[in-house]
Amino acid sequence: MATASTKTILIKPIFMDNPIALQILGVCSALAVTTSLQVTLVMCVALTTVTAFSNLFISMIRNYMPSSIRIIIQMTIIASLVILVDQVLKAYAFEISKQLSVFVGLIITNCIVMGRAEAFAMKNPPIPSFMDGIGNGLGYSVVLIVVGTLRELFGSGTLLGITILPTVANGGWYQPNGLMLLAPSAFFIIAFFIWILRNKYDEQVEKNEFEMKPHTIEKGAH
Amino acid sequence: MSSNINSVANTIKVALGLCVVCSIVISSAAVMLKPMQTANELLDRNKNILIAAGMFDPEVHSNADVDAMFEQFTPRLVDLDEGRYLTEEEQQQLGIDPQTYDQQTARNDPSMSIALSGADDVASIRRRADYATVYVIQNETGGYESVVIPVSGYGLWGIMYGYLALESDGNTIRGIGFYDHQETPGLGGEISNPRWQAQWPGKEVYGDDGDVAFQVVKGGGSGESQVDALSGATLTSRGVENMMRFWLGENGFGPYLDNEVRG
Repeated sequence: MATASTKTILIKPIFMDNPIALQILGVCSALAVTTSLQVTLVMCVALTTVTAFSNLFISMIRNYMPSSIRIIIQMTIIASLVILVDQVLKAYAFEISKQLSVFVGLIITNCIVMGRAEAFAMKNPPIPSFMDGIGNGLGYSVVLIVVGTLRELFGSGTLLGITILPTVANGGWYQPNGLMLLAPSAFFIIAFFIWILRNKYDEQVEKNEFEMKPHTIEKGAH
Repeated sequence: MSSNINSVANTIKVALGLCVVCSIVISSAAVMLKPMQTANELLDRNKNILIAAGMFDPEVHSNADVDAMFEQFTPRLVDLDEGRYLTEEEQQQLGIDPQTYDQQTARNDPSMSIALSGADDVASIRRRADYATVYVIQNETGGYESVVIPVSGYGLWGIMYGYLALESDGNTIRGIGFYDHQETPGLGGEISNPRWQAQWPGKEVYGDDGDVAFQVVKGGGSGESQVDALSGATLTSRGVENMMRFWLGENGFGPYLDNEVRG
């Protein structure tokens, strides 16, 4: 990995090594914040920023970190960044920070941030680590934007608050799909996303852990 | 080198250094951004009072209009137990004034609040401030056009804070707005959805017997004192109903509405 080019580090996590679709990390917030696209976009920016900078700082001090308190140091850095992002959102994007409520704080526990810090930033120099953070943030964003677009469009008939499909309640023709506004719909959409991705990239399909034996054994002759 | 890094002394040194750096960054950011955050919160509060009173339409008005529109309201302090406005002298004695009085701070101050127990604590808020700020619009003849009262009650995850606007009869609801809550986004969080709030105006708080008749019910809520519950958020809906029962009942604004608004 150390020899991989910046471009590979940046692009690979988007489709080839997507944190949500392949590593199945960070699904919690993908369910929670995707009911409207605007909130989703802010969450993507917040997570990408936190991942990139936590990777950068952790990589910068990786050679001075005592291994016994490694995880605590990572958590402290990530938590500080998350609080910073939360404070900035409260000051500059109050409405959205109210809608995101606890989920900005929950970036701390998002497995993508911690996972990339431990898996990449601890072993690589600062700049590639920063790029890896951006790349994984983008990978997360792609999934979230797809989910957010579908959920907002079919759940409330709008995109970014602008009416696309006029709903029956507002005198239009579109009967909104209530399921889309509930968390389980994100599961279905993410599953479809993974299905399409694995159809395109065969190597992402995991091997069966065991072979299913036929129920009855055919005998050669009676 | 590596044994040096992992020594106890170095571990403590790194941990301390990191804590100092992180805390300086966080606290300076918090201090610098505080004025903007406070301004945002105040703007949001005033906007919610306007929304509750049905005067703010997000499609027509913007945040810049809030201050000008808010000038129609006169904030006044109410003694909840006695159900009347505080006089100037009383306000001076207590050292509070309607512009700056913070009901949430007062609620935690034993000398300014009462503890609620058992059957009295309908909204599960444990303590209630002695005084509350209400926002009134008066018409030319000195009568009321609208009264906005602060309400709060425990939902599923925490206390929900909002404003309830009443018509001049102190009974008909003009609107509701929530400015702070921790309910689940998409489920209980829908209490701040304008579409759900749209069914509130015109409903009546009190029944014929004078008790709070307001209900949050499943499946429509077509009665004159009923609104439809939120789907998937039974406990939040129940919390909203309890909040209304408490704040419009005898321990809340009941006496005030009796004496000052309807009287």
